[in-house]
Amino acid sequence: MTGLLRMVGSGALSVLRKMGHMLIFLVQSLSYAFIPPFKFRILLREIQFIGTKSMTVIVLMGSFTGMVLALQGFHLLRKVGSEALLGPAVALPLIRELGPVLSALTITGRAGSALTAEIGIMRISEQIDALTAMALNPMRYLIVPKMFAAIIAFPLLTAIYDVVGIYGGYFVGVKLLGLSSGTYFSQMEHFLEMEDIRIGIYKSLTFGILVLWVCCYKGFYTGYGAEGVSKATTEAVVMSSVLILIADYFLGTLFI
Amino acid sequence: MINIVGLQKSFGEQKVLSGVSLSISDKELIAIIGESGGGKSVLLRHLIGLLKPDRGKIVVEGEDITKMSGRELDGIRQKFGVVFQGGALFDSLTIYENVAFPLKEKMKLSRREINERVEDALEDVGLRGMEDKYPAEISGGMKKRVALARALITEPKIVLFDEPTTGLDPILLHAIHKLITDTHKKYGFTGVMISHDIPEIFHVVDRIAFLYKGTIEVVGTPKEIRASSDPVVRQFIKGSLRGPIEIS
Repeated sequence: MTGLLRMVGSGALSVLRKMGHMLIFLVQSLSYAFIPPFKFRILLREIQFIGTKSMTVIVLMGSFTGMVLALQGFHLLRKVGSEALLGPAVALPLIRELGPVLSALTITGRAGSALTAEIGIMRISEQIDALTAMALNPMRYLIVPKMFAAIIAFPLLTAIYDVVGIYGGYFVGVKLLGLSSGTYFSQMEHFLEMEDIRIGIYKSLTFGILVLWVCCYKGFYTGYGAEGVSKATTEAVVMSSVLILIADYFLGTLFI
Repeated sequence: MINIVGLQKSFGEQKVLSGVSLSISDKELIAIIGESGGGKSVLLRHLIGLLKPDRGKIVVEGEDITKMSGRELDGIRQKFGVVFQGGALFDSLTIYENVAFPLKEKMKLSRREINERVEDALEDVGLRGMEDKYPAEISGGMKKRVALARALITEPKIVLFDEPTTGLDPILLHAIHKLITDTHKKYGFTGVMISHDIPEIFHVVDRIAFLYKGTIEVVGTPKEIRASSDPVVRQFIKGSLRGPIEIS
């Protein structure tokens, strides 16, 4: 019994220690964000990496999400004679839930994993030590620009995801299933409120910070060798994805 | 210049340094030799504050760096240049950008001045014309030379070399050693070098310190080390399988 208690206790302490370490990492990186010199060129490069390079996959995912929503929604709504509500049936879940969550999961897979691997390789090849040895703060050079790039890129990519999704739904609902274009958009306008869009933005901002926090942390404190980097990358993607869904639920209860 | 006093460091149960004491004079070039995995790199990382010791102190120009952190430590680091084992060049930057990096970030110099200094540094290490290449496009020997150019570009007072010749062929090994002695003469820095190159290292440095079982077993000029009667030193220099050093 004492052995079991000791095991549970030490496990809990280890989790708490890790959480504290992660929290210090986040606070440190955010605090460096407000101390000059600011690295605008690196920030632009990171926005390009996280944002621009994720566009193709975001457009693809967004359009098919909207198409699936329209296809399923149309048949369901027809059963209750409410096909006219297809516009809001596509737009509302997309803007409030699916857009922020699925785009965050997509960016985690595409950019988050790459960032963990990049920072991890910099760690094991002593590039981070080289920065420290040059009296240059690696947090400022590596982490802060990535965090800010995520804060800028995540909401923008989510907005693109939403818009493309709505047009994907339009294509299926209007062009393939014969709903009128006016009905699709006018009903959407009627049901959709600014609050819904705001919720989507808040969520994507939260997910952006969460994903970059986890991915940068895992890369920064990666284990030894190729195996360490591979493990850190896997952990970063899994942990980010789980945290996105947990945060989505709690944000959902907050905004419902 | 650098005074290491009773330095101790353990990683978990494993004691790596168990009381290293060593004095390094101004403008001296000293090599630290010893078994693989014997703590030489750990010792070097302490000198620049990348690791904190469990006990002991490191005094650099009168200041104990083991008590420092943050900006204070960064101030001391301005005096150092480090050549890491694998070069530690930034993958995303070209050779030119790698060498120019410390100048751009740490010194307020005009573009022309940076250009001139980078060209001079690359000339010193025989890499003019390679400016636009990326680290992935050059050989291991070239990487070491770029790392040396980057370490020297700010004209530091102290340069640390972590196995600068590992993995190089004998000709390149001599070329790098010559480069280190030439730049040492030109810039007059204090150099601490981790090395496995025996007997080549005897012709390069002023003194040699032999790290064994976490302490400095013996320190002296290359001549003194060669003439040492210490059985551990003798076995290590000869590379003999028989003797007090056990192969793990």
